[in-house]
Amino acid sequence: MATSVTGGTAKAVFQAPSWLRASSTSIGGSTAIVLLFLPPALLLFTLFVALPMGEAAWYSFYNWNGYGAPTDFVGWRNFELLFANRAFRIALTNNLLIIVVSLAIQLPLALGMAILLADRVRGTATFRLIFFLPYILAEIAAGLIWRFVYDGEYGLLAKLLELFGADPIHILAEPDIAIYAIMVVVIWKYFGFHMMLYIAGLQQIDRSLYEAAHIDGATGWQIFRRITVPLLGSTIRLSVFFAILGSIQLFDLIMPLTKGGPSDSTQTMVTYLYTYGVTRTRIGFGSAVGVVLFLICVVFAFGYKRVLMRHD
Amino acid sequence: MTSTAARYDTPVTIAPVLRYAILFVVAGGVLIPLLTTALGGFKSLGDLRVNPFGVPSQWEWMNYWEILASGRYWQLMGNSLVIAVLTVILTVATSAMAAFVFVHVRFFGATFLLNYLLLGLMFPAATAILPLFIKIRDLGLLDTYWGVVLPQVAFGLAMSILLFRNSFRQMPKDLFEAAVIDGCGYFRFFWHVILPLSRPILATVSVIVFVHSWNNYLLPLVVLNRDTLYPWPLGIMVYQGEFSTDWNLILAFITLTILPAIIMFFAAQKHIVAGLMAGSVKG
Repeated sequence: MATSVTGGTAKAVFQAPSWLRASSTSIGGSTAIVLLFLPPALLLFTLFVALPMGEAAWYSFYNWNGYGAPTDFVGWRNFELLFANRAFRIALTNNLLIIVVSLAIQLPLALGMAILLADRVRGTATFRLIFFLPYILAEIAAGLIWRFVYDGEYGLLAKLLELFGADPIHILAEPDIAIYAIMVVVIWKYFGFHMMLYIAGLQQIDRSLYEAAHIDGATGWQIFRRITVPLLGSTIRLSVFFAILGSIQLFDLIMPLTKGGPSDSTQTMVTYLYTYGVTRTRIGFGSAVGVVLFLICVVFAFGYKRVLMRHD
Repeated sequence: MTSTAARYDTPVTIAPVLRYAILFVVAGGVLIPLLTTALGGFKSLGDLRVNPFGVPSQWEWMNYWEILASGRYWQLMGNSLVIAVLTVILTVATSAMAAFVFVHVRFFGATFLLNYLLLGLMFPAATAILPLFIKIRDLGLLDTYWGVVLPQVAFGLAMSILLFRNSFRQMPKDLFEAAVIDGCGYFRFFWHVILPLSRPILATVSVIVFVHSWNNYLLPLVVLNRDTLYPWPLGIMVYQGEFSTDWNLILAFITLTILPAIIMFFAAQKHIVAGLMAGSVKG
């Protein structure tokens, strides 16, 4: 779910609010309604979203354990420590790897399934539901289920390896490959969401185009390459946007699987923030991680929308 | 046209056998972890070790029964439900009211305030989690439901306002003009005209907010210390830690915790799929 919250997003922020068309007429009590209806939202947002974000920027320049007032000003030191830190570099690399795998494997799989399920033939509704099912599960539950799958003693993978005569391994305890095991879970969990996006996109494509292409003797690949993909452009760009933003924020899924271990090999930016900021109440350092994460999200979201989605 | 005849108005022409073969393989990949989890909960530990895939050689109903009879499961579900329901009610109320004002009242600073609230779409709660923790502590809300509920509402506002605003704007303008002519004030217009017409969007927003709250992990993890207040994602992690190698019990516990979501999903699949997709796309 991490995808959607921030995901949905940005579109509206960039469009000039056209609501200014407003009402031509007005009725009584407009001041009263503004003063009554708006403050709850503004107050909650300011208190729990805007202020904490501003404070994160402030605290990030202090060395502070959260008690008393932050007085130990350290300048850019938290950021220097962060970028010099091995675990954080692993986290950044992992986030990048997850993005690459999402784009190179998850999205093509989602598109393939969407194409197979775009027509209402027997069973498609059921298959769509099955593929979407992992998306509605909590990340924690999904992670624990896969922890079982990967368990070296009781798990499905161990049993499969045994059947093929290989020695069972605790894959999540192997620093070199644990992250790849996590990527499988990411694909399993989220491809159904992207498939639903693509199905919605495919349904917008004019059927007569396919028919015309067939009559002209186009091959399946040509149709896919010349009709489906170009006409699905805006959907694909949206799906890539969600996949990247979701990958940047990955946290809940990793906690039940590896908690970022073994020896930090599966950290992501958010698990890093949790492990080295939250659990050790290093408010200043953790805030610096938060600020970096914030900047990455915002720069990515703005940049992507500006450059790739400006016509969508 | 019969199903066996070639159809040319489709994105792909593929032999039905091949199509279904691929679909069944992928569906297997999706479902096997889930089915083996549910079945694993019925096995003894020894049975699970030799036979993780198949049906139990002996059905151990006690695994499930003891969890259901323990009180712990119900407490976790209850906590999650209270937190989710409070979050939904508050989010829907505050964001519907705010969206109504943005759509129907023209006032100084409206654009600025709307864009301010929509900034919430730009970053995940994780970025500000430490200052948020300090804030919640200073407000005396640590170890309370409200310490989880209020920030969840705050972080859900941007998307909810956007969805309500889109929906309110699509309602015919005549409604508003008719209300003016009838001398109906804003409050009655909101309560008696807009809200009754907004059932679909109310359902959509409620589904999204509920699912987010129900599945949320990081915020309650930071805010709640007392395990009597834990929602189920925290509780199940503790349970897993306690019974770390008794996988049969953990699998039974996982199955019982995801069961409500799966039942809800199949019972109201259209609303849930549409709701979750709308939440991410139309936002």
